[in-house]
Amino acid sequence: MDVLDVALALFGLAFLAALVRVALGPSLADRAVAADVAFITAICAVAVLALKVEAFAFDDVVLIATLLGFVATASLAWLLGKDT
Amino acid sequence: MTIAAYALISFGALLMLLAGIGVLRLPDVFSRMHAGTKAASLGLACVLAGIALVTPDAVARVKLVVAIVFQFLTAPVAAHLIGRAAYRSGVPLFEGTRFDELSGAPDATSRAAKMGG
Repeated sequence: MDVLDVALALFGLAFLAALVRVALGPSLADRAVAADVAFITAICAVAVLALKVEAFAFDDVVLIATLLGFVATASLAWLLGKDT
Repeated sequence: MTIAAYALISFGALLMLLAGIGVLRLPDVFSRMHAGTKAASLGLACVLAGIALVTPDAVARVKLVVAIVFQFLTAPVAAHLIGRAAYRSGVPLFEGTRFDELSGAPDATSRAAKMGG
């Protein structure tokens, strides 16, 4: 039980809280914001896991996921502006 | 070095938890974004910087730094896009909102049209 395990637990809690907001969220914008937070939390968890199991190839996943997260959020915003 | 790295990781993890709680508990889209975008930029940057300090692999360290830089460039842009689209699409504001500084702007006409008023 060290700092990395505690950090993983905190990421898990944050991920669950954001997922609850994705499920509840009254508007599409709420869901987009909450999904963004959940995605960032998952990226952090992958980075911490890569350090914990010393599989540094997973840092590629972190880099690509930050790129993908921006594209996903931008396209959600475009969708939101198009029809609601 | 290890202590600094662990302090950064813990701070970032606490920030992520606060963002999760904020996204769950705050009253409207704009205040939820206020909580969420801090985690997206500062929280992720702290966690990745802490990991980069203790990662022995130099290539992985460079990848983490590039990820931090990219996230710092794109997180505000993404938040701005979502916020503008949310305002234009007529998402209701929190009832305690005191000022709507966009109320005379072109975005507000699109908002009013969407809200049917």
